[in-house]
Amino acid sequence: MSIMDNANLLAALPEIVLLVGACVVIMADVLQSETRRISIDRLALGVLLFPLLATLWQWDWPAQYAFSGMYVLDDFSKLLKLCSYGAVAVTIVYARRYDFDRGLRRGEFYGLALFALLGQMVMISASSMLSIYMGLEMMSLSFYAMCGLRQDTNRPVEAAMKYFVLGALASGFLLYGMSMLYGAAGDLSLAGVARAFDDAQTNSAVLTFGTVFIVAGLAFKLGAVPFHMWLPDVYHGAPTTVTLFIAGASKLASFAIAFRLLVEALLSVAVDWQQMLVVLTVLSLAIGNVVAIAQTNFKRMLAYSTISHVGFVLMGLLSGVVPGREDLAAEAYSSALFYMLIYVLTTLGTFGMIQLLARKGFECEEIADLRGLNRRSPLMAGVLLVLMFSLTGIPPTAGFVAKLAVLEAAVDAGHVWLAVFAVMMSLVGAFYYIRVVKVAYFEEPVGNEPVLVDPSARVLFGLNGAAVLLLGIVPDGLIAVCLEVIRQALAT
Amino acid sequence: MTVFPYLSAAIWIPILCGVLVLAIGADRNAGLVRGISLVGAVAGFLVTLPLIFGFDRSSSELQFVELHPWVERLSINYHLGVDGLSIWFVLLTALITIFVVVAAWEVIQDRVAQYMASFLILSGMLVGVFAAVDGLMFYIFFEGTLIPMYVIIGAWGGPNRVYAAFKFFLYTLLGSLLTLVAIIYLYTQAGSFSIPDWHQLPLSMREQTLIFFAFLLAFAVKVPMWPVHTWLPDAHVEAPTGGSVVLAAIMLKLGAYGFIRFSLPIAPDASHEYAWLMIALSLIAIVYIGLVALVQADMKKLVAYSSIAHMGFVTLGFFMFSKLGMQGAIVQMISHGFVSGAMFLCIGVLYDRLHSRNIADYGGVVNTMPKFAALWLLFSMANAGLPATSGFVGEFLVILAAVHHNFWVAVATASTLIWGAAYSLWMYKRVVFGAVANEKVASLTDIGRREFWMLTSLAILVIAMGVFPKPVTDVTNASVDALLQHVAVSKIK
Repeated sequence: MSIMDNANLLAALPEIVLLVGACVVIMADVLQSETRRISIDRLALGVLLFPLLATLWQWDWPAQYAFSGMYVLDDFSKLLKLCSYGAVAVTIVYARRYDFDRGLRRGEFYGLALFALLGQMVMISASSMLSIYMGLEMMSLSFYAMCGLRQDTNRPVEAAMKYFVLGALASGFLLYGMSMLYGAAGDLSLAGVARAFDDAQTNSAVLTFGTVFIVAGLAFKLGAVPFHMWLPDVYHGAPTTVTLFIAGASKLASFAIAFRLLVEALLSVAVDWQQMLVVLTVLSLAIGNVVAIAQTNFKRMLAYSTISHVGFVLMGLLSGVVPGREDLAAEAYSSALFYMLIYVLTTLGTFGMIQLLARKGFECEEIADLRGLNRRSPLMAGVLLVLMFSLTGIPPTAGFVAKLAVLEAAVDAGHVWLAVFAVMMSLVGAFYYIRVVKVAYFEEPVGNEPVLVDPSARVLFGLNGAAVLLLGIVPDGLIAVCLEVIRQALAT
Repeated sequence: MTVFPYLSAAIWIPILCGVLVLAIGADRNAGLVRGISLVGAVAGFLVTLPLIFGFDRSSSELQFVELHPWVERLSINYHLGVDGLSIWFVLLTALITIFVVVAAWEVIQDRVAQYMASFLILSGMLVGVFAAVDGLMFYIFFEGTLIPMYVIIGAWGGPNRVYAAFKFFLYTLLGSLLTLVAIIYLYTQAGSFSIPDWHQLPLSMREQTLIFFAFLLAFAVKVPMWPVHTWLPDAHVEAPTGGSVVLAAIMLKLGAYGFIRFSLPIAPDASHEYAWLMIALSLIAIVYIGLVALVQADMKKLVAYSSIAHMGFVTLGFFMFSKLGMQGAIVQMISHGFVSGAMFLCIGVLYDRLHSRNIADYGGVVNTMPKFAALWLLFSMANAGLPATSGFVGEFLVILAAVHHNFWVAVATASTLIWGAAYSLWMYKRVVFGAVANEKVASLTDIGRREFWMLTSLAILVIAMGVFPKPVTDVTNASVDALLQHVAVSKIK
C-alpha cells in the first residue's frame, strides 16, 4: 500500500490552501508593479480566509486520520485552528501601522508569519512525533527569522540570536526524547507509543527516560521555569508584532503538542510526568510573579506574567489522572485548554495595545509610557483595565473563570495545597497588574499627543476587551466546547 | 408562578445605567450624566421596595428566588433570593447609592461619567452580593466590587490615594483568595455551589476548622476586625466622600454578612470552638480601637476607627449565639449604615468648603453653619449610641446579650458607651463649638437645599429606627431563629 492511498488529502485542506496562499503573499510583493500596489497585510488577511473556510467546511466531519496516521483531524484540532486563525488575523490588524513605521510591511515578513501559522497548524493536527517535530521547526524557524527582520536597531537581532540558540536546544531536547520513545516503542505514531507501554516486552526505563526529555522540551517551548530564560529577552527584544505572534497563536500550538504528547502518548506514565509538572508549576508561579514585580518595561513584565500563567495551564494538565477517578481527566484538560484560550485572547489585547500606542520612533513599551492613558483615550484605558483585571483573575472577567476552572480541577484531584499556593501567588501578581491600572488611571499624562489609532484596529481592540469581559459573564458556551473537544480527543 | 424578577432588576438597572453613563462619556455632557445616574439610582431603589412589602415575615425560607443555569460544566447557577438576614442590606445598598449620587452632584467636576458609573456598577454588584444564593455568584460579586472601589479611591482620592488604593486592593484580595479555595473545596464535596446545600453538608472538624479560618480571613479583612483593620483608616481618609460613604455603610457589611451566611451555618462546630477567639477580637476592636479613635486629629480617620469599633459589636453579637445578640448585631449593621454614612457626608460637607479634614483647622462652625451643626449633632449622638437614635438599639441589644453570656465581657462591651460618647462628642465640640477659629471658618456658608434634604432624610431614618425598631426586627426574626437552630446542631459526620 503506497502512502498516497492513505493520503486523505481533503483532511489537510486548510494547510494546503494556506501553503499556497503564503507563497502568493511572498511572490506578490516582488511581482507587483511600483505604481499599483495592494497592501501586503490586507493580502495576508485575505489569504487567511481560505483556511478558515476550509476548516468551517470540515466542521461536521467525524475525526479522521490522514497521511498514514501522521495527521489527525478531530474537533480539538479544528477548535485550536480556528482560534489560531483568529489570533493571527487580529495580530495583523493591530500591526498595521506599527509595521509600516518600522519597515516591516514586506512580503517576506507576512509570508513568514503565514508559514509560522502553517507550522502551528501541523503541530495542532500532528498525531505522530515526526509531524510534531516538523510543524515545530517550521514555526520556530519562521519566528527566528521574523525576530531578526527589523534592521533599524540591534535589539531584535540579539533577541533573534538568543531565541535561535535556546530554541534549537529545546528542539534538541524534544528530539532526543522522541528518539528514545521511538527506540523503545519502535513506532513514531503517538498511538503506537501509547500501545508500547502496555507491552511487557518494551524497555520501560527508556520510555520513562524519554518522557523526562519530552517534558523538558515542552517546558522550554511553553516557557515554564526553569526553562524560561529565553522568554523575557525574546518578548522584550523582538518587534512587538513578532512578540504577539510568539505569545499569541503559537501558544495554542504549544499547548496542542503538550496535550498530544503527554496525554495521548504518555498517559500510562502520567504519575511520573505529573510530578514533574508539579515542580514546573510551583516554580513558574513563584518566579514568574515575583520577578514581574521588579520590571519597569511593560513587555518584560508581560513576559514574566506569561510564565506565571503557564504555571496555571500546567496545573490544569497535571490534575487529570487520579487513580480511581477517570471522570476527572476531561474536565482537567478542558480547564487547561480554556485557560490557554482565554490567556491568548487577553495577550492579544495587551501586546496589541503596545503596538497601537507606539508611534514612529517611540515604542511605548515602558510601563511609565502609559501614564494618564485614561485622559488621552478612555476607551483604551478601559480595555487595559479589563485586561489587567482579567490577568489578575478578578471577576467578572474571563481570567477569573479560567482560574476558577483550573483551581477546581486541581482541588478535585486532591491538590488543595497547590491551589492555595497558586492563589497566594496570584495575590503577588495582583500587585504588578494593578500598578499598570494605577499608571493609566491615577497619574497625569506627560505629553498631550493624541492617540492615533486606525479605526479598524480601534474597533477590534474594543471588541477584544469586550470579549474578555463577556466571556467572564457568559463563559458557558466556550467551556462546554472545550469539554466536548477534549472528550472526543480522549476517546479516539 | 412567574413574578417580576425584582432582585435581578435591582442588580442590573444600576449596572446598565453605569454602562450607559460611561458610553455618554465626556465631561461636556456632565448634566445629562448626572441626570441618568440619579434616575438609575432611584429606579434601582424603587424596585427593591416591592421586596420588603411582599416579604413573608413568618418564613425563614428564601424568597423572590430566581434560578437559572449559568455555567453547566461547573454547575454554577444564576441563583438569587433574599431572606430575613439579607433583605435589609439590599434596600440599604440601593438607598445609599442615591445619597452618593446626590452628594457628588456639584462636588465632582472631573471625569463625572466615570465617577458615577463606578458607583452605579458598584451598587449593582453589592446588591448582588446580598442577593446571591449561589456561592460562586456571591464570590464573583464580592470580588468584583474591588475593581470600581480601587478606581474610585485611586482616581478621585486625596494626596496619598495610590498607597491607600493599593493597600485596600491587596488586603481584600489576600482574604478572599483563600475563600475561593474554600468555596471550591465545598463544591467538590457537595457537588454544587448552592449555599443552602453547603449548610446541610456534613464536614469533619478538621475540614470545618480550615474552612472557618479561610472564610474568617476574607470576612475579617472586610469587616474589618483587629488586627487586619489597618487598610480601612487609609482607605477612608483618601477616598472621596462617596467612596467613604459606600465603604462604611455597605462594604463593611459584606464581611459581617458573610459570617452569618457562610461561617456560622457551614462550620457550626468550628464556630463554637473558636467563638472565644472571635469574642476576644471583637472586644479588642470595641475597647482598644475606641481608644485609638479618641486621639485622632483627622475627622475621617476618627470616624473610620469608630466604624471598626462599631463593627466589633456586630461580630460580638454573632458569636454569642443568642437571639438578642444576633438581632442586635443585624440592627447595628443597618444603623451603622445610616449613621456612618451620614457622618462621612457631614465631613464631606465641611471638606468641600475648607478642603481640610483636620479637627484643628476648625472651631466655632456653629456660628456660620447653624443648620448643619444641628443635623451633625444628631448624627454624632447616634454615633455615640444615644437612646432614641438607631445607634442605641443595636448596642443595647448586644450589651444585653453579653450580660447573659459573661459578666466581664459585658463590662468591656458596655465601656463603649464611654468611649463612643468621648470620641464623637469631643470631636463635635472641637469642630463646632467655641469661638470662630479663623477667617476661613468665618467665611463658611451654611448647607444648601441639596445637602439639607440629603442629611435630613438620613436623620429621619436614624430617629425612626431608634424610636421604633420593631419593623426591622420583625423581618429578621424568623431567619435569625432558623439560623440559631441550625447552628446549635453539630454537623460532624
